[in-house]
Amino acid sequence: MNSVLQVRDVAKSFGGIHAVNGVSFDVREGEILGLIGPNGSGKSTLFNCILGQLTPTAGEVRIDGKPITGKRPCELNRLGVGRTFQLLQVFPQLTVRENLVLAGQEHQGSMWSRLIGRRDAGQGAAADRMIEFFRLSKLAEEKAGALSYGQQKLLDVAMAFMAGPRLVLLDEPAGGVNPTMLSGLRERLREINAKDHATFVVIEHNMEFVMSLCTRILVLAEGRIIAEGTPEQVRGNPAVIEAYLGG
Amino acid sequence: MVPAFFVLAAMRFGGASFEVALLIGLVVALLVLGLLFKKIVVDPMLRHGVLPLVISTLGFSLLFKEGVKEFYAAEAQSFPSPWATTNLSIGGAAISAQSLVIIAVAVTAVGLLQYFLGATHTGRQMQATAQNPVLARVLGIPVERMILFTFLINAALVTLASILVSPIYLAKFTNGDTLGLAAFVAAIVGGFNQVRGAIVGGLLLGIIDNFVAAYWSAQYRAAIPLFLLIVVILWRPQGLLGRAEERTV
Amino acid sequence: MKKALLALFLVILVAVPFFLKPYGLYLISLWVVMTIAAIGLNLTLGYAGQISLAQGSFVGIGAYTAAILTTHGWPLWSAFLLAIAISLVIGWVLGYPALRVQHHYLAFVTLSFATLVYLVMRNEEWLTKGVYGISGIPRPELFGWSTRGAVEFYFFCLGVLALVSAATWWLVRSPWGRAFTALRENSIRANSLGVDTRRYTLMAFAIGSALGGISGVLYAPLLQFIEPNAFALGLSLSLLLMVMVGGSGYFMGPFLGAAVSVLLPEWTRFTGNLYLIYYALGVMALMAFCPTGLLGLGERVFKR
Repeated sequence: MNSVLQVRDVAKSFGGIHAVNGVSFDVREGEILGLIGPNGSGKSTLFNCILGQLTPTAGEVRIDGKPITGKRPCELNRLGVGRTFQLLQVFPQLTVRENLVLAGQEHQGSMWSRLIGRRDAGQGAAADRMIEFFRLSKLAEEKAGALSYGQQKLLDVAMAFMAGPRLVLLDEPAGGVNPTMLSGLRERLREINAKDHATFVVIEHNMEFVMSLCTRILVLAEGRIIAEGTPEQVRGNPAVIEAYLGG
Repeated sequence: MVPAFFVLAAMRFGGASFEVALLIGLVVALLVLGLLFKKIVVDPMLRHGVLPLVISTLGFSLLFKEGVKEFYAAEAQSFPSPWATTNLSIGGAAISAQSLVIIAVAVTAVGLLQYFLGATHTGRQMQATAQNPVLARVLGIPVERMILFTFLINAALVTLASILVSPIYLAKFTNGDTLGLAAFVAAIVGGFNQVRGAIVGGLLLGIIDNFVAAYWSAQYRAAIPLFLLIVVILWRPQGLLGRAEERTV
Repeated sequence: MKKALLALFLVILVAVPFFLKPYGLYLISLWVVMTIAAIGLNLTLGYAGQISLAQGSFVGIGAYTAAILTTHGWPLWSAFLLAIAISLVIGWVLGYPALRVQHHYLAFVTLSFATLVYLVMRNEEWLTKGVYGISGIPRPELFGWSTRGAVEFYFFCLGVLALVSAATWWLVRSPWGRAFTALRENSIRANSLGVDTRRYTLMAFAIGSALGGISGVLYAPLLQFIEPNAFALGLSLSLLLMVMVGGSGYFMGPFLGAAVSVLLPEWTRFTGNLYLIYYALGVMALMAFCPTGLLGLGERVFKR
């Protein structure tokens, strides 16, 4: 089976604080990998190192065997990687549709084709499909800032998928979303995973969400991986329980 | 620029002696440039972001420039010097007593401010407020009052600067432009979050400015501080003595 | 409703010069010229979120390019080409600091740049004639139509404004406009979505500065005499004021802001010498109550 993402010995320190302390793992094509761990275990920092928001102090990241360590996020997007952030980040002044068009417009064509070409850079149809898929049709022309938190979260996730990415990293997608929308979100993610063979890595604190969605789980504590396996294996692992309950 | 005119106005319209006028000038400056400025210009603007505040302060500065020009005088006014204007000879170079006094006052002021911020209870409360206002409030520190103190201290320092500088450069409504810019450059080059940085920045700027004017090009003397500013901002935005501020994603 | 207002606006623009005396014609021509520069700054600041206190310098660069070329017999269109080229390049370079610092730090860098440009204008007498300025700047002739008269020159400027407005409208509605907005609202998210924030930032500066240059090329023949003080920091601050007062990020903001800045002081002259004080108070009040400028205020009022 293909490994889409290879992380080798990645470490990130801020002064004396070792946020990520030598993490290595592979992400196989088509799987939904969950990344869990107590607060401060380094999950978001790890994401930022993989995706170019931060440069790791050590280690290497590869996509399909090609090194991408320290590449700028916009370049990674063009290689087929998408992400969402822990803090909700849509563009409040643009409409929902505009947000989606923006999310897709940069990964094809050139700067000049975007200047002279069509106003929606050919992303209109894809945006409409995404709006349909995430059940946002009634809100398509609303300014994103006017949506409820849960709806903005859906938009956020939708934007990460606009470029048809092979690999999507979701940072706490369930945070602050009410239970009814949560199951809807889980369904959408499962559908995209099945339909487009998109590979996911998901950071989450919501155990129920993670266990029901992910095929494999990594547990991070104090910057290191302390456990790995299927949801059932991880749930019963004493090291994991101890990491969460302290000690 | 303005405090000097408060003093001059107290003397001309109030008939006060120079010493009394200085005091009146200080009090009025504290009220207008400290309290009023904070309440009327800064407070309403804080929640709107930096840019509206900049425009508002531009308006404020325009208001006072025009105010001084219309209600006092458009020509430069002489300003009495609080101390002797003799020249001393030190090691063969002629140094005016005024310059020495200014240096002494500046160093003392910075020293006092440093002491106040670092060693007194109120000073440490101010530092706490600057670092984390939310937490400071939770801990019972009167945040609003701390912020007000910042503006009052600024007004006092500005008054001091105005009184020191006006005897030399004469009091004119356009003074604020050059001095304000110089102050900013000195603060940034020295380090925005360090009090000692201001002295380093100011000294560095003053020395460079004069050396360039004397030995290189008088026409481009103003360019050097600007180059320095650009270099510092781009390569060490926290200034020569400042501490770098981290940013979280 | 908006279309009706726009139509009325256009009619006024075309009709009003016939009712004005020379000073009035000079004022509305100045308004046109300043609007072009403000549109440029609005692009850089209002749409792309990059603060620049150097727009006045580009007006100066354009003006001196035009003055030097035309007083040596070159046609104005060559000045346009050269000024745009120079402004694009220098503007692009000015964008690099924006990749490292933002907000008030960026403001200071651009402010320093503006002052440096002013110093060059003042000191390099062999090129700019220094503080003596360049006089006798001729007005252009288009295919036999002379713009020497005030009314004719006004229409020439209006034509350039129309072209600039159309081009800017196109730009703002294109994917580039969307990218600029993303850059302004959340450059980190934009980056993660594939927006090359570096390139778009430099572009925003380059294009905005080029519009400043175009404005300058019109400024020189309008006044027919230029000197360095006109392009000092004061002009950059005025242009910033225009963009903020009109409404930063609104398409019609620069038109309104330039009108307030150029025309209002004249209208309030009847209040005597205090007109600038009233203007300053007005600006402060506006920023306190509606930092999104006059158009933002209008939007708020009409939403009710």
